[in-house]
Amino acid sequence: MDNHATTPVDPRVFEAMRPYLTNIFGNSASRNHSFGWEAEEATEKARKQVASLIGATAKEIVFTSGATESDNLALKGVAEMYAEKGNHIITAATEHKAILDTCKRLEKHGTRVTYLPVQQNGLVDLDQLKAAITDKTVLISIMHANNEIGVLQPIREIGRIAREHGVLLHTDGTQAAGKVPVNVLDDNIDLMSISAHKMYGPKGVGALYVRRRNPRVQLTAQMDGGGHERGMRSGTLNVPGIVGLGEACALAQAEMPVESKRLAFLRDKLKDRLMNSLDEVYINGTLEHRLPNNLNISFAYVEGESLLMGINEIAVSSGSACTSATLEPSYVLKALGAGDDLAHSSIRFGLGRFNTEEEVDYVAGKVIEVVKKLRELSPLYEMFKEGIDLTKVQWTAH
Amino acid sequence: MAYSNKVVDHYNNPRNVGSLDKSDPNVGTGMVGAPECGDVMKLQVKVNPETGVIEDAKFKTFGCGSAIASSSLATEWLRGKTVDEALAIKNTDIVTELSLPPVKIHCSVLAEDAIKAAITDYKKKANPVPAEAARV
Repeated sequence: MDNHATTPVDPRVFEAMRPYLTNIFGNSASRNHSFGWEAEEATEKARKQVASLIGATAKEIVFTSGATESDNLALKGVAEMYAEKGNHIITAATEHKAILDTCKRLEKHGTRVTYLPVQQNGLVDLDQLKAAITDKTVLISIMHANNEIGVLQPIREIGRIAREHGVLLHTDGTQAAGKVPVNVLDDNIDLMSISAHKMYGPKGVGALYVRRRNPRVQLTAQMDGGGHERGMRSGTLNVPGIVGLGEACALAQAEMPVESKRLAFLRDKLKDRLMNSLDEVYINGTLEHRLPNNLNISFAYVEGESLLMGINEIAVSSGSACTSATLEPSYVLKALGAGDDLAHSSIRFGLGRFNTEEEVDYVAGKVIEVVKKLRELSPLYEMFKEGIDLTKVQWTAH
Repeated sequence: MAYSNKVVDHYNNPRNVGSLDKSDPNVGTGMVGAPECGDVMKLQVKVNPETGVIEDAKFKTFGCGSAIASSSLATEWLRGKTVDEALAIKNTDIVTELSLPPVKIHCSVLAEDAIKAAITDYKKKANPVPAEAARV
């Protein structure tokens, strides 16, 4: 249940890719023989499938190696191309590192970046966004759905604000594309990053939507070479990967109405069981504006890593990054104003196409059992039960 | 992260979980760590005042598996030791016994701190230092 990290390849996607991993091996840039034509036909079909999912036209899709590259290309490409117009970018504190670290790199080269805080529900405050725009602002980059807490930013309103101020809007659509309806025309999105492996496609392939009309967005290429992808991204196309991305988009588009209802049902079942069986449980981020498959939940007085250890046959993520070398709790949860203690106690569930109701029942039961066991072990839960205010205790920070 | 078998064993079957009566003059309580750092250990010892031997030790820990295992192991080691022997337990002994990786060494440090804090608390209760002597 860690489908925000990655998803398995749908067997139908794999079948679509198979010929391009075996017999059909041409280079889609080979213009003068049939091997190349076959490959080009396949990538152009995929381009239409990707475009169709987000209401774009095929010519607006640039294939990349994944959403991280798409984010880099969008931000660096705009910053460089529009340097004469301005040097200011607005983003948010809860963005993915592919955005935040790219912004940090740009800051070293003279770009000014505003990192908007988010409200306690995880959403950007639109008045703060408006107030942050200056005559030097060239780009707003706000993710559509958050990868940890699954909240959906008001992207249509953000698009409207960007348009009113003549500023471009990029959105990291990695988690949203294929999960919730996105329409780049209705939402006034100018650039959008997409990844295949978050929607049952293969790893190592993604796309960047680059608007061609009203306005025509231009980018400075970040990868130089043969001038592929209309000069925006050189490099021989990953034909099997692109075919997989296209098929994944087509399936997501066709199945979204049914799939999103099913996932929301499973997610709500998981949430209700956990909340009905355990006290001191908190949902991180708004439930109202949220991906149907996400649940990010804090079990107070239980440390996240020890919880993961108790349910180690279940794939989920801890909001606490204790498993890495940093020992820092999630910056996303901290940005919501959650205390470090609750940030250390959180688990992210990401339900997916191949999870079943039986799995949800099993996971709920197992999590409840382990949380109860760890609370028996927890001095903090004992103190809470004794009525001690933990915020007033003199702790020995270490 | 892969845990050693001993850490997993302590996590699955923690030894001596629980609480002793804090107000008992023979019980020393040590509480170290902080919730925002992701670990808090409470370790208690019950000392026989005649012999100076630790007759019982209990713990409760909020923290990762390595923190739970470090404090569980500490209570095992404390039982039957004299107060002075207990003070000789080093965090490196815990690291070796549990095969803790470098990123988890702080868990063993916390356990050593908890032992010291519990024994200090016991000694303070057993021999209340007169105000004048404390100045020396």
